[in-house]
Amino acid sequence: MFKYFAHTKADIDKMLKSLNINSIDELFSELPKEVILDSDYDIPSFKSESELRHYFEDLAKQNKELTLFSGLGAYDHYQPAVIDALTSRQEFMTSYTPYQPEVAQGTLQYIFEYQSMIQTLTGMDVSNASMYDGTTATAEACFMASAIRKRNKILISKTLHPNTIEVIKTYLKFKGLEWEFIDSEAGVTSFDDLKNKLDKDIAGVVVQNPNFFGYIENYDGFSETIKDNKSLFIVNSDISTLGVLKTPYEIGADIACGECQSLGMPVGFGGPYLGYLATNKKYVRKMPGRICGYTHDLEGNRAFVLTLQAREQHIRRSKANSNICSNQSLMALFVTIYLSVMGKKGLKKVNNLSYQNAHYLYDKLIKTNKFSDPFKQPFLKEFVLETTLSHDLIKEVLLKNNIFGGVSLSIFGEEYDNLINFSVTEKRTKAEIDKLISVLEALS
Amino acid sequence: MIRYNKLIFELSTEDRVGYSLPNSKFSDYNINDLKTDYLRTEEPDLPEVSELEVLRHFTNISNKNFGVENGFYPLGSCTMKYNPKINEEIVNFNNFKRLHPLQPVSTTQGAFKVYYDLQKILAEISGFHEFSLNPYAGAHGELIGLMIIKKYHESRGDFHKNKIIIPDSAHGTNPASVVVCGMEVIEIESNKRGRVDIDSLKEAISGRDDIAGMMLTNPNTLGIFEENICEIAKLIHKAGGKMYNDGANLNALLGKVRPGDMGFDVMHINLHKTFSTPHGGGGPGSGPVGVTEELAKFLPNPQVKKMDDYYYVENNGDAIGQISAFYGNYLVSLRALVYLLTLGKENIKLIGRYATLNANYVRNALKSTYELPIQGNCMHETVFNGLINKENDIKTLDIAKRLLDYGMHAPTIYFPLLFPQAIMIEPTETESLQTLDEFIEIMHKIAIEAKENPDKLKDAPTKTPIRRTDEVFAAKQMIFSYKDYLEYIEKRDE
Repeated sequence: MFKYFAHTKADIDKMLKSLNINSIDELFSELPKEVILDSDYDIPSFKSESELRHYFEDLAKQNKELTLFSGLGAYDHYQPAVIDALTSRQEFMTSYTPYQPEVAQGTLQYIFEYQSMIQTLTGMDVSNASMYDGTTATAEACFMASAIRKRNKILISKTLHPNTIEVIKTYLKFKGLEWEFIDSEAGVTSFDDLKNKLDKDIAGVVVQNPNFFGYIENYDGFSETIKDNKSLFIVNSDISTLGVLKTPYEIGADIACGECQSLGMPVGFGGPYLGYLATNKKYVRKMPGRICGYTHDLEGNRAFVLTLQAREQHIRRSKANSNICSNQSLMALFVTIYLSVMGKKGLKKVNNLSYQNAHYLYDKLIKTNKFSDPFKQPFLKEFVLETTLSHDLIKEVLLKNNIFGGVSLSIFGEEYDNLINFSVTEKRTKAEIDKLISVLEALS
Repeated sequence: MIRYNKLIFELSTEDRVGYSLPNSKFSDYNINDLKTDYLRTEEPDLPEVSELEVLRHFTNISNKNFGVENGFYPLGSCTMKYNPKINEEIVNFNNFKRLHPLQPVSTTQGAFKVYYDLQKILAEISGFHEFSLNPYAGAHGELIGLMIIKKYHESRGDFHKNKIIIPDSAHGTNPASVVVCGMEVIEIESNKRGRVDIDSLKEAISGRDDIAGMMLTNPNTLGIFEENICEIAKLIHKAGGKMYNDGANLNALLGKVRPGDMGFDVMHINLHKTFSTPHGGGGPGSGPVGVTEELAKFLPNPQVKKMDDYYYVENNGDAIGQISAFYGNYLVSLRALVYLLTLGKENIKLIGRYATLNANYVRNALKSTYELPIQGNCMHETVFNGLINKENDIKTLDIAKRLLDYGMHAPTIYFPLLFPQAIMIEPTETESLQTLDEFIEIMHKIAIEAKENPDKLKDAPTKTPIRRTDEVFAAKQMIFSYKDYLEYIEKRDE
């Protein structure tokens, strides 16, 4: 007997009898004999619950939780205790996609609240119910631009996170679309290069703000120039920063997209996270993914349902805008609870504290004379520096002090060879920051 | 509290807070030092609520949801099995949850061992050479699997091979994924027994040299086994194509047969179906993709490798490229490994048997009142085409809604598309005989109501937090946010 099955011998006998057969194997008589398994899988034996705990405790010991001073797309922000308490409720966690709205108003309502919060943070008209992560949301935004403008080429700023660039390239390549890069100048997107490369084939232009280096870009003139060319402007942002920074709407974006991990999700070794996607209402029918809408039931009670499903794969099949068949629903609940707890003031405070911590660290590091700033651009919580120190030495010494930071951007390619990254959230204490500084100061 | 009907925004009171943040340590700096041109002009309209208000709000709306622990959840094609608690306990270990995906690999050896071991176990169970756990969901896995097939053909100079054969019973994601991958669909009809029609298949591929492959779900979406699978695979291979297995229904095969042994070259597995990770109200899922040895080099980057008990990450130049920010939905993978080690080889092999026994038991017990469009045994799920007695114009939708009144979740309805009144029931192996008997009894009772008191079905549900919804209104009004809602109310009340 096993705890996840309820089948006793008597139960099985009773069921077999009702089916008028002698063994369960008779139900599999149509399976080709030549491929029927005749031995057990070559995998480990079962473990009792205590054995399992021990096993994973031992595995966990082979990992090390570090003090995080680098983000690069996964940020160590504060996670209010209420998030785990609420998201672990089985009513949220174990339920399926809300196709039966009468018994799924919990899920549908928080998706509506999530969409509302993404709407107000981005300033755009409408958010969908979420995408897998920030990279795939951005790739889908490119598809969307191509479908709306019926053009085949995307301009990608070189200041995007290299992982986002790689994912966009993979998606575009297989779909048969083209791309070209917009050069960066002093660590930000070059407006001149954008103007040079815009032509009648360009469906969309993708930028990231704050960009891969952490810099806040200045998009004066971008939106007008892009619109004059009848292309769409796609702005990728770490959503947390939109609590204070100019919104994609104010920048003139047609599509806003990016990562939501910074809103209450653990860094979690890379996932699950959530990608957001928001746009103008006129483009909503070309938007991928689920959308939740307000309605009422037949007694006039307020209700929420998944709507505009005629865009989606289960109805349109090969003519759908996207093949996506889910949303990161539970992670949207993380976002919704986080933003409920933080409110407008809390999110601003998180950004300000992160800004203060990051700028304190920046100034102290520059003062050591071992680090210099090649670009001198404004930043929020993340920045890059050049250093006279060896990148490997920094990595090794910080690791000895249980710190992950000063990451060499060479891991993303030769073009970033001379740069190292720091990110500082509101979670870092003065003692932690001072320790990082003193460790680096002592190096030569 | 089931009538609780507030939006979080409606609880907002100025200056109320739900957070606790440290005091400012470096007040020499302030974000307002940034040029105002970089800052947003208006504060976002986020709610201002206390911690207890947040807890009550979400607890109250959670009570309007139906979860696996509430009751029977026979959603066909979704494999709504029990999501074990121990999975959740282990996934919350700080030394997994608080690992940064880019921190040095020497500090994440345990995490990579989880990744590596899970992909190995999946490979053994499904009969493939290697898996990537990077795909985020089943549909994502399909896309990545098709990319691998396309890349394989391109690597041989066969750029013209861009046609994928798909049976008409397939899930909508299959054709959608083909198009997103820049290929074209050739749809073939099913035969009267709900299987791939071999003659249609032969006709579809005959004389063509542009067949890239075929996507097949086995057991198919009707819950029946494609008994000619070996012949189908031979035909496709002979035509120069690769066989893709949509692993949506892998649960039925556990312990009985491996997709890799049936001639498939690529497959995805839905960890949230077969390996017990929670559906989360629609995600996050996880859709690992497995391939034969020949195709392994095309798996997406980053690839997790092992040498002499040391795990490391590699970006392979032959790979299709990168398809995720990091290592996929890692914490979902971790749950799946916990589940697999909980069951071990002794119990995993029973899953296919018990799931299939449960489905056939329900099928047999209901066939006197519900129309069985395909005869014979089923695998892990069974499809009916509404009631046998079609009087009183009772639709499948009415039956589904009435089930909600009886405290059970509805089966999947109107899918697959082959039968106009499709009801698809998948009980999974975690349900007891008593639960199945209770479900069967209710379904028979509903059949009687349909005849004697049809309004009970047409009005259903009446015992749920809300009644049937106005979907036309939702699609027409397009109210997708609180902002839209306020504008709508203002206009309405003018």
